[in-house]
Amino acid sequence: MSANIETVKPSLQDRLKTFHDWAGVDDSTLNDGQKLAVKYFMGAVILFIFQILFGLLAAAQFIAPGFLYDILDFSVNRMVHINAMILWMLYGFIGCTYWLLEDESGTEIAGLKFGIIGFWVLSAAIAVVVLVYLLVQTGAGNDTTLWLINEGREYIEAPRWADIGIVVVMLIFFYNVVMTFSKGKWSGISGVLTLDLVALAGLYVAGMFYMTNITHEQFWWWWVIHLWVEATWEVLVGVIMAWSLMTILGVSRKIVTTWLYIEVALMFGSGILGLGHHYFWIGTPEYWLTIGGFFSALEPIPLVAMVVHAVYDSGERGFKNMNHPAMAWLIAHAFGNFFGAGVWGFMHTLPQINLYTHGTQWSASHGHLAFFGAYATINIAFFYIAIQHWRGNVWMGAGSQNDWRWKWALALLNIGVLGMTIALLIAGYEQSFLERAIGGSTWYGYFAAQTHPSFISSMNWRMFFGWVTAAGLGLLVWDLLTIGKGETRKAEVIIRSE
Amino acid sequence: MSETPLWASESFWKKMAVWVTAGSFLILVILTFDTLKQTSAGGERVPAYSVINKKIDYQFDEELNKFMPVIGGEELLFGKVFSEEEAEQLVTLGKKTTQAKNCMNCHTLLGNGAYYAPDLTKAWLDQGWLTVDLREEQMLKFLMDPEKNARTFGTGRKMPNLDITEAEAKGVVAFLKWMSSIDTNGFPYNFTTIYAEDD
Repeated sequence: MSANIETVKPSLQDRLKTFHDWAGVDDSTLNDGQKLAVKYFMGAVILFIFQILFGLLAAAQFIAPGFLYDILDFSVNRMVHINAMILWMLYGFIGCTYWLLEDESGTEIAGLKFGIIGFWVLSAAIAVVVLVYLLVQTGAGNDTTLWLINEGREYIEAPRWADIGIVVVMLIFFYNVVMTFSKGKWSGISGVLTLDLVALAGLYVAGMFYMTNITHEQFWWWWVIHLWVEATWEVLVGVIMAWSLMTILGVSRKIVTTWLYIEVALMFGSGILGLGHHYFWIGTPEYWLTIGGFFSALEPIPLVAMVVHAVYDSGERGFKNMNHPAMAWLIAHAFGNFFGAGVWGFMHTLPQINLYTHGTQWSASHGHLAFFGAYATINIAFFYIAIQHWRGNVWMGAGSQNDWRWKWALALLNIGVLGMTIALLIAGYEQSFLERAIGGSTWYGYFAAQTHPSFISSMNWRMFFGWVTAAGLGLLVWDLLTIGKGETRKAEVIIRSE
Repeated sequence: MSETPLWASESFWKKMAVWVTAGSFLILVILTFDTLKQTSAGGERVPAYSVINKKIDYQFDEELNKFMPVIGGEELLFGKVFSEEEAEQLVTLGKKTTQAKNCMNCHTLLGNGAYYAPDLTKAWLDQGWLTVDLREEQMLKFLMDPEKNARTFGTGRKMPNLDITEAEAKGVVAFLKWMSSIDTNGFPYNFTTIYAEDD
């Protein structure tokens, strides 16, 4: 397919076609669901760039607080940093779902038109929300602000009008998924996926109410945040992992489905009541110390299972697969999820230590490694799966052209995030000790910890590794734009086990 | 494949997945009802909004072996007695202001938020306000013009001017005072309040 592209003369009238030609991609190799998926993937990459850009700005303000003061304050940069992250990962997940929809259901996507409209509505809404974040920033302390500018609740700051828009687009997305599977055929993978999407969309509604009682407000807020990232998102990546291992490695459907059920049982069995680890200190009753401590201590177990699953199946096949970069990122996901979400989470999850670590850079350290390890990695793996097909199912195995790019992108991104994680962990240790244990958690204690040399050097190292991460992202984007371009060999054919 | 043992079979784990998920969720729903009941404003853990009329302190409780809020006698806010309804109105204005001004993306509230600026859970009780007599006025002045009244403690980090009106600032102070009365299971630990010197 890509050989033909060389001979196609780019049409200047059609910008999209020009882009496709330039990028060496060919829509005719994709089914309708996949065409929609690649729109989401491109949106995801753009939002990923925003995430890193605003992360760099916020990190710089820890070192030079005067930088962009009163223009783009830390609160604005940090908000865009974390919102762009949540959104690009969500875009990635939606893209993954649209990507596998027709293959998995064995039929054409239902309601494609609405799906496409949904994509543009969502993207336009996000653009407006971000512009308002950047240009208006804050408003008066009334409902108008919460409806139109900013809801001021970490991770779900999007104003209420956008919340409603997001729910509508999610319903369209959900309609596409359910109607397509109903029309075609159901499977273990699609069953888990659909039920998980119900939970994911339903939970978002829990975050759409104003409450004066901050204990109640944070109670429901965690329903959204925790039950997304530590339950429904984990199951969603389990689905994506199952499908990916089946597709690029050729593992049998029976094995991936059984593993998926095991993961769901372990993930929801630990993660749903593991929600209690957010209910230690917000005014909620004491029994949450026991329930939250116990169940969240179990949360790493499904992540171990996922590592075993991925590594065992890959090893059993001698790592013979049709897409080396995707496979490498899937392995990075298995370990990143285990270390970032599992180990880093476990380290501070018991209330006896969390009393000192809660609300320090320790959480930021965990957040960086967990979101990257669990979710960025698997989305990147899927970008590679998508680009391979979009360029005409080209060879992306051993000895592909310029394979140093994806290898260095993988290395730089992993080293960058791990470096930031360690730097923030040291800052977190120092804060827990100086500010909390010794300093009595007062403002004086807080600032004593913030001005300590080990905190300051941690912030400098975090900045440095932030740049390493940014370099990795730059290389990743370049690689995605070029990998397999001009490649004439077809992808290795992997025979799926029975 | 017929000899796959039950514990390794697809159908066994499918049932496990369904039952474990449904069971966990059911327990969560039951606990949610109980928690919401126990933490409604006016209960033991989360005091009524009119607690802003009283003295609030935070001390180590020998018997419980943890730090607990201590609600004392009358200590009026802005020299006024607020009815329950008025108190709720004022705290609501304050809470909405903290959301509208995006406080949570620099500060933490009940330990949740960002880590660029100090925790606000017990901000009302912080010794940073110097004395009990100066506190209210200092808080209002700071909120309304944080740039001029910057308290950077050597970090160079200044709160930006967020156009907080006097009414909003009063609301925020009332909200912070009310929040400091919530029983947070001993978080933050080892906190020395502004009243400590008086003892």
